[in-house]
Amino acid sequence: MPRRSALYALTDNADNGSGWGKRVPGDTVLETEDLTKDFAGFVAVRAVNLRVARGAIHAMIGPNGAGKTTCFNLLSKFLSPTRGRIVFDGRDITALRPAEVARLGLVRSFQISAVFPHLTVLENVRIALQRRRGGSFDFWRGKSVLRTLDERAGVLLADVGLAAYAHVPAVQLPYGRKRALEIATTIALDPQMLLLDEPMSGMGREDIERISALIKSLAVHRTVLMVEHNLSVVANLCDRITVLSRGEVLAEGDYRTVSADPAVREAYLGTGHA
Amino acid sequence: MTALADPPIVEARRDGERSLVVAFAVMVALLVVGPFVVYPVFLMQALCFALFACAFNLLVGYVGLLSFGHALFFGWASYLCAHAAKRWGFPPEAAVLFGTLSGAVLGLVAGSIAIRRQGIYFAMITLALAQMMYFVAVRAPFTGGEDGIQDVPRGHLFGVFDLSHEMTMYVFILVMVLASFLFIYRIINSPFGEVLKAIRENEPRAISLGYNTDRYKLCAFVLSATLAGLAGALKALVFQLASLTDVYWTMSGEVVLMTLVGGLGTVFGPVVGAFLIVAMENYLAQFGQWVLVIQGVIFVACVLVFRRGIVGELAHALGVRL
Repeated sequence: MPRRSALYALTDNADNGSGWGKRVPGDTVLETEDLTKDFAGFVAVRAVNLRVARGAIHAMIGPNGAGKTTCFNLLSKFLSPTRGRIVFDGRDITALRPAEVARLGLVRSFQISAVFPHLTVLENVRIALQRRRGGSFDFWRGKSVLRTLDERAGVLLADVGLAAYAHVPAVQLPYGRKRALEIATTIALDPQMLLLDEPMSGMGREDIERISALIKSLAVHRTVLMVEHNLSVVANLCDRITVLSRGEVLAEGDYRTVSADPAVREAYLGTGHA
Repeated sequence: MTALADPPIVEARRDGERSLVVAFAVMVALLVVGPFVVYPVFLMQALCFALFACAFNLLVGYVGLLSFGHALFFGWASYLCAHAAKRWGFPPEAAVLFGTLSGAVLGLVAGSIAIRRQGIYFAMITLALAQMMYFVAVRAPFTGGEDGIQDVPRGHLFGVFDLSHEMTMYVFILVMVLASFLFIYRIINSPFGEVLKAIRENEPRAISLGYNTDRYKLCAFVLSATLAGLAGALKALVFQLASLTDVYWTMSGEVVLMTLVGGLGTVFGPVVGAFLIVAMENYLAQFGQWVLVIQGVIFVACVLVFRRGIVGELAHALGVRL
């Protein structure tokens, strides 16, 4: 069987299976209404109304402590909002548990690279594939039943340039490769939408270019919402940018609009330096 | 981008499996020859504890949950097996099964409460629950309080094999423990086991991949409690006694010690650790209370020098899985 790109395989899947591929790009896939998180008096996220268009690469930027990661934790349900509503793909997910949100196709990554360090690279990806396969409570079966997933895992790894490292424990990978592995693991779930928390943090330029290209190719068939500090990455990659500051939305629009906004300049550089 | 120096070695895994097979063969051989060299009751005691430690290791070594209340399952299964065999006249296989199932039920209850918390809180809740059930054991009339349940009949296995024969009993225990050992090995190498390891490695990530980790942890907890129960039930038949020692917190501590000394998260570590600790208790008994001091020193030495435990260090030195 000729090796095919995982991305194409996923598209076929989407068209025949779950049906989300048929939906119109451009409509809203994720929406928050008055999203607020109050940590015992400290309001980390205040009345955020966010709309992410289907198929977009949407960035969330802002100075340190602006509430970006809290926002991500709320969207992926790792935190429960104090107030407000989250609607994903037409469904209210405000009351769901994090694992349920992930199963609906809204999958997050983490700021610090989230791999399973003492599993091999292949096993990392297989864990994600295994969840979709089902039967993960089968404690009486040998894990050889999982070998059917290896081929698919190999394709996913090849797409992020990790094919040669399949049997290396993830802990031994350099940082940039770990992030690539994390992305491969996330894609293995074939999610509708990815929440990437600073996917390029701590990476060298070469890695940044590779991961940027990867994210771009991913977004052809799905939506990406990412937190990113590197503004040149954001400028090149993202269709739409939301700027958060002190838990509130300061500005929204494409890179040009946002970067020209005086309030954004002030938030980034401080008063008097604008 | 720093590139890795060497291409990965695909064969490593296969060699790892071979070392496990060899180690298993050695273990079986030693246990078959054992009763002709050493006192069989000592071996049976060590085997029961080995199973107990393996069951405990399933939880701490592969899910990363440190239970400090495993005596609850071991001790209560021991009481209930002894009670069923002595007062209800159950045949040994049914009494053992009854004790094992009671371990499962207690595991389900204790696990449902404990897995809501993590780390030290998890350990504290399991300890509290175990101590609560210890005091129930002290008070409940059927346990016989300080006396325990004595003279538990070993009976005839399946109505055929007379277990009052030491060697017959030994074979029964050996078969049960080896079967459980293989069962545990199967669990940690099953699709379920893969998820457990993922949870141990990075629970938030496992959740973000859509795994309901609490359910996996509970399932692992129940499996561990069930096997700990089996160990307790077998021990009741070996010694024909169920006593407060087996439900007391020191028993929970002892199984932690055995697992750490042998090697946390290794396949054979708990077995080696159990044999070592039980041997020390038996053969150093002449030193009285000093046994505890010696144990303490070994424990400290392990934590300071052999961080991976005996088997863990050995496996590391040889570069294989054990």
